[in-house]
Amino acid sequence: MITILETSPLNTVQDLGRPGYRNLGVGSSGVMDSLALQVGNILLDNDADAAGIELQTYPFALKFDEPLSFAVTGIDAAIELDGRMLLPWSVATAEAGQVLRIGQPRQGARGYICFSGGVDVPVILGSRSTQLRGGFGGLAGRFLEEGDILRARLGEMLTTGYAALPPSVALRFDAVEEKAGVISLRAIPATDYMLFTDTARERFWSCEWRITPQSNRVGYRLTGEKLELHQPVELRSYGIVPGIIQVPPAGEPIVQMADANTAGGYPRIATVIESDLWRLAQARIGSRIRFQKCSHEQGVAAMQPVEAYLESLRQMVARYSHSINRRQGGGKK
Amino acid sequence: MNGDVTHHPESNTGLAGGRVLHSAEDAPTISMIGTRAMLFEAPGAFTMAQQRRIWALIEEAGSRNDVQELIPGVTNLMLVFSAPPENPERITNWLLKAWETLPERHIEGRLFEIGVRYGGALGEDLGRVAEHAGLTPDEVIAIHHANDYTVCAIGSAPGFGYLHGLDPRIATPRKSVPSLNMLAGTVTIGGMQAGISALTGPNGWNSIGFTEISLFDPAREPPALFAIGDRIRFHPESIEL
Repeated sequence: MITILETSPLNTVQDLGRPGYRNLGVGSSGVMDSLALQVGNILLDNDADAAGIELQTYPFALKFDEPLSFAVTGIDAAIELDGRMLLPWSVATAEAGQVLRIGQPRQGARGYICFSGGVDVPVILGSRSTQLRGGFGGLAGRFLEEGDILRARLGEMLTTGYAALPPSVALRFDAVEEKAGVISLRAIPATDYMLFTDTARERFWSCEWRITPQSNRVGYRLTGEKLELHQPVELRSYGIVPGIIQVPPAGEPIVQMADANTAGGYPRIATVIESDLWRLAQARIGSRIRFQKCSHEQGVAAMQPVEAYLESLRQMVARYSHSINRRQGGGKK
Repeated sequence: MNGDVTHHPESNTGLAGGRVLHSAEDAPTISMIGTRAMLFEAPGAFTMAQQRRIWALIEEAGSRNDVQELIPGVTNLMLVFSAPPENPERITNWLLKAWETLPERHIEGRLFEIGVRYGGALGEDLGRVAEHAGLTPDEVIAIHHANDYTVCAIGSAPGFGYLHGLDPRIATPRKSVPSLNMLAGTVTIGGMQAGISALTGPNGWNSIGFTEISLFDPAREPPALFAIGDRIRFHPESIEL
């Protein structure tokens, strides 16, 4: 058991999401940074669908009521287990009674606490993710609160001491812009791209966009220059997936994220490719971003380094647990 | 103006370059949304005939083993693939052929009779709709409940039904500034579409009334109250102008 000692709103239980119910209007939910959760689950030898805690507000503290292995991914922050500093992206094992505290991130926005076995909440419509709008999934369909008790599903007890290379290091693709503090996101022109004026299309790719405070798990509102259509349109409602960039009449884009509605009606200028969504998930309010035009083939190819990164991590973990087991003179317990 | 997708034939350069496939006025529009979703939009007006062809396409596309999820929209259908398709053109061609050959799919839905409290604070955009239509609020209300509506698609929020059957005289564009906290159960108009809001929250549609109804319950089977093909008949429970 795990007891939440300190939290403010916006922290939830999430897994990789709830696909398959958009035809009933139920959005995918799930972690904003799916890469960070996948890394945590691989490090802990969990099933891919294991749920963790997604942190958006800090500080956060929990108490382990029984021994449990865990990993904190997604952010670089002060992570303390009973006052002892731990590294993010690494496996640690807590004793019963120990307290884990996570402070404001130095890097990144969304932290993930992954537990051996994963958080055990009921699977609703195929997922443990919190569906905030629908008020179900996760822990009672709501944000975590102080005093909440979560259970971890039965997982392996692991030895401490191995870690993953953070994706921000392993998957850097535009070092020049990153150095200048601008986050590059690759995007593919979408359905209504040609409905925008030449100036708007040119601006979309050249402008530095700033993430406004009106940004959350539903979507990121960006501010920059106004994007105008040749003429106003009233579109019929169409399906939405995370990453789609809509432009409401005011002319400033919105990037739809994990808690997006399943349908919308604003013109769509482009879509952030799936393999870059985690970068956006880790971008803080006030960050500057730039969109890089990308083709379908480039978007598909961009998945390969991500897959290779996860695969090499799986192999590393397999080798490590194999050698541990041999030293301990037994198989997995 | 309402509802018609603008076509722009100059962009007919294929999907793989991230462009949109547009063709003649009477042909569908197909575009990629990112690498893993494809949107099929039917040409022409928002009619039940076109929507029934979309329903037929849902059934057909549901048999494809590369499809993870289908999101029916209003005269459109989004296909979400389990992996990015290597060759989107192949799927485009498959969709176009299916669209041309499939007959309309008729669904014998259920009839829901729903009482509405028109106007008042929970239907605060009634005046805006009346003004846009050049009618009195009474006339808007009479027109709104005169016809039966059909659930074309479920989407946006859990259990929300997009309704066909709105009289074009009271079609009203979405608001440029959405209401921040519209109650679940608000009876709304968004362009040529009608609806009942499923959840309390921000909403860009025009509110004209309110009804107490639970559109979604994850513990219910099926969780959504409405299904595509169901019919809805509104009647005034009260009118507050």
